[in-house]
Amino acid sequence: MKYIDEYRNLNSAGQIAESIAKITRKPHTIMEICGGQTHAIMKYGIEELLPTEITLLHGPGCPVCVTPAEVIDKAIEITTHYSTILCSFGDMIRVPGTENDLSSARADGGDVRVVYSPLDALKIARENPDKEVVFFAIGFETTAPVNAMSVVQAKDLGTSNFSLLVSQFLIPPAIESILGSGRSQVSGFLAPGHVCSVTGCVPYEVIARSHHVPIVVTGFEPVDILQGIYHCVKQLEEGRVEVENQYARSVRYSGNQPAQKLMAEVFQPAARKWRGIGEISLGSLTLREEYAAFNAEKRFGPVRYSETDSELCVAGQVLQGLLKPADCPAFGQQCTPDHPLGAPMVSSEGACAAYYKYQSNSRTSIHKAKS
Amino acid sequence: MCLAIPGKILSIEESNELFRSGKVSFSGIVKEVHLSCVPDASVGDYVIVHAGFAISRLDEEEARVILDYLEAE
Ligand code: SF4
Repeated sequence: MKYIDEYRNLNSAGQIAESIAKITRKPHTIMEICGGQTHAIMKYGIEELLPTEITLLHGPGCPVCVTPAEVIDKAIEITTHYSTILCSFGDMIRVPGTENDLSSARADGGDVRVVYSPLDALKIARENPDKEVVFFAIGFETTAPVNAMSVVQAKDLGTSNFSLLVSQFLIPPAIESILGSGRSQVSGFLAPGHVCSVTGCVPYEVIARSHHVPIVVTGFEPVDILQGIYHCVKQLEEGRVEVENQYARSVRYSGNQPAQKLMAEVFQPAARKWRGIGEISLGSLTLREEYAAFNAEKRFGPVRYSETDSELCVAGQVLQGLLKPADCPAFGQQCTPDHPLGAPMVSSEGACAAYYKYQSNSRTSIHKAKS
Repeated sequence: MCLAIPGKILSIEESNELFRSGKVSFSGIVKEVHLSCVPDASVGDYVIVHAGFAISRLDEEEARVILDYLEAE
């Protein structure tokens, strides 16, 4: 496929890996934010190509993983207690809520449908005017514009049987939270290229400056990721701190302005819980008052957040780069893709699922990685 | 989730801005894609598509820079 195959060329990847080895003098810990990048790193064995001085940590960029169990419980309640059609991205279906997941709700008779886009869910609402149709609107800034577009269109079309169960998160506050925790070992970041295609590089300038960390906006193919690492290592070795854009074929410096406008029209920042991590100040999005009519929580009652998460699953620490998946005692034991205890073992972007699938390609433990 | 892939615009339905959409080919698999947030994209251009929605127009110059750089090494 044009614009994909070139960036999967393993010769080019090897070439960049050599360049990285040439410039690396000191140890560096680099975090890729996005779970899609984590999967590519594991799939192509990218860590194995790097000099041992470089440790990669995996970040919180998996919306399925950070959606609180209580929001999944709400989705299950909506589909089992009310006569509704609940539409969701496929990734969410097997993620455990407090007790159940959406696939068991479906087995119990709930009408749960997998869609590719919220605009498809809106179409289902228009075809079923006598039913309430709820879209489980999870995502980061990449997905916020299309989720926003679905309610803007619903409003324009007068489709009143459509609503969103919103579980939207923002990346820059999550990076701030990781850096501000006092426990972070991260010396540089690869920022997620598709999030930045929407937001641009600007929100990352402040973080780079105030925390003195290099940030390289990076794509998703092996050549992209290795180039992102190269730029990040180069800055670290030279003592520079900048926001660089490796993924300029998609990311403009100030981002996609129509998409930003759309997001801002429909959503506003709020403090909400991230699964396993806790509340992050202004780290989530909720619907603005003007679109409250399309808020599923207004129709079916609000999500009730609790304080505690399951104790066995250490996903919160994995998502903040404090542990690697194989450091979790349950990894591959009580927790497998067939019997997941936490979301990162289910999601196609979850770090635990990536380690499980591509185990042999990894420096599996954070302890081993450092020794 | 943030998976987004490049596809080539084959045709554009010029309706009102809110519903601007078109047919986009992903190596021969053709899908309907919403195009309102890439107003500068026209037929023949590549766009990056996420959940049926184009989030950016792919800049062919920038795409080439990286690959040329590798060849020159
Ligand atoms: S391996 Fe399973 S239990 Fe452990 S952190 Fe990952 S999802 Fe949670």
